Amino acid sequence: MECVFGMVGDGFALVAADTSAVHSILVHKSNEDKVMILDSHKLLGASGEAGDRSFTEYIQKNVHVYEFRNGIPLTTAATANFTRCELALALRKVRPSCPVHIVFLVSQNPYFVNILLAGYDKNIGPSLYYIDYIATLHKVDKGAFGYGSYFTLSMMDRHYKSGMSLEEAIDLVDKCIIEIRSRLVVAPPNFVIKIVDKDGAREYAWRESIKDAAGVSAA
Amino acid sequence: MARYDRAITVFSPDGHLFQVEYALEAVRKGNAAVGVRGTDTVVLGVEKKSTPKLQDSRSVRKIVSLDTHIALACAGLKADARVLINRARIECQSHRLTVEDPVTVEYITRYIAGLQQKYTQSGGVRPFGLSTLIVGFDPYTGVPALYQTDPSGTFSAWKANATGRNSNSMREFLEKNYKETTGQETVKLAIRTLLEVVESGGKNIEIAVLSKEHGLRQLDEAEIDAIVAEIEAEKAAAEASKKAPSKDT
Repeated sequence: MECVFGMVGDGFALVAADTSAVHSILVHKSNEDKVMILDSHKLLGASGEAGDRSFTEYIQKNVHVYEFRNGIPLTTAATANFTRCELALALRKVRPSCPVHIVFLVSQNPYFVNILLAGYDKNIGPSLYYIDYIATLHKVDKGAFGYGSYFTLSMMDRHYKSGMSLEEAIDLVDKCIIEIRSRLVVAPPNFVIKIVDKDGAREYAWRESIKDAAGVSAA
Repeated sequence: MARYDRAITVFSPDGHLFQVEYALEAVRKGNAAVGVRGTDTVVLGVEKKSTPKLQDSRSVRKIVSLDTHIALACAGLKADARVLINRARIECQSHRLTVEDPVTVEYITRYIAGLQQKYTQSGGVRPFGLSTLIVGFDPYTGVPALYQTDPSGTFSAWKANATGRNSNSMREFLEKNYKETTGQETVKLAIRTLLEVVESGGKNIEIAVLSKEHGLRQLDEAEIDAIVAEIEAEKAAAEASKKAPSKDT
């Protein structure tokens, strides 16, 4: 029931994700942030098995090591390919236990996590990469994962045009969220939207229809 | 004695590890490096031996950052330094990944010193030929720290220290002139120490300042030249005032 989707606009890219952490029929929390800020100009939205979302932390630390080693950040394209490679290696290769190239993570099973990587590079502009759990990599203008993708992809096919302004893109995101809420049987109530542009990666807004219980007890 | 310096795993009869001592010799031949701890700033300085005309000096970075709040300078074999620095950078991120906390200066110093020690107690390897000066801020308390490691794997914390060429003279100077400083005063103290053993001028000195807010900042040549000029002016003024009283009496 997890929904992650994103799109590229005029000078920015955005990633929206639902914020529910679910285990079978129980909702553990509805404010789980699944869109990680990799570095100053990259966002990584991950959906899938909760434990494997820590794979995104592993990617983040490796991106940081590269930046310290070389004095400049990895490009979005390089990060996307590195991420895809890690996913691909975990599909077949038995990982060695010593640090191979960078920070190591011992895992003998594939990572069950789908990723949308959004980034802004100075001479290239915004870009979005679709990376699924069996290491498919596509550079896209719009993408989505999960059951929500049935609705968001259709909405984006109908309304997306390239070079949208931030207002138009957020409007489309809200349309997608409305579709998910009204048409998906176990729709996640809350969403987080993060954007990345020349000024960096940051949280843009939350769309909450259920606030966590903490507020209720105060009254 | 010659029989006891082949493999480092062998002690000599009088308790020396000759390979480690020879590594310390290599350090003594390396460029001069100084580190000074202030109350809100830590400064690292290294001597820049004359760069060959055709070399791109930007590719020779002698003061490096290990993480956003930790920096390192070293004296000795630069190739060995590359290996240690790489391992330390990985360890900084690995620590952040596993415990979700940045490393403390002491932790990363202990890690680097531990690596250096390992190579004094293994077969078929030689020790790393470098001593490091590690500076940083505690990620939570913001307290600045300066540590030094050497090829034997020992480390300790310092208020100010020097290593490499002429480190003894620099350390003597620091012992005479150290006091608690902040900001620009800390930078001046580091430069004054280096000037004791290095030819004066911005092109022979590399200085980096680590502050809590701005991370590691390498000073450019013009800035260093300006501070050197200030220092020379202060020295000249001090000399003049020393001579003046004797004229009156």
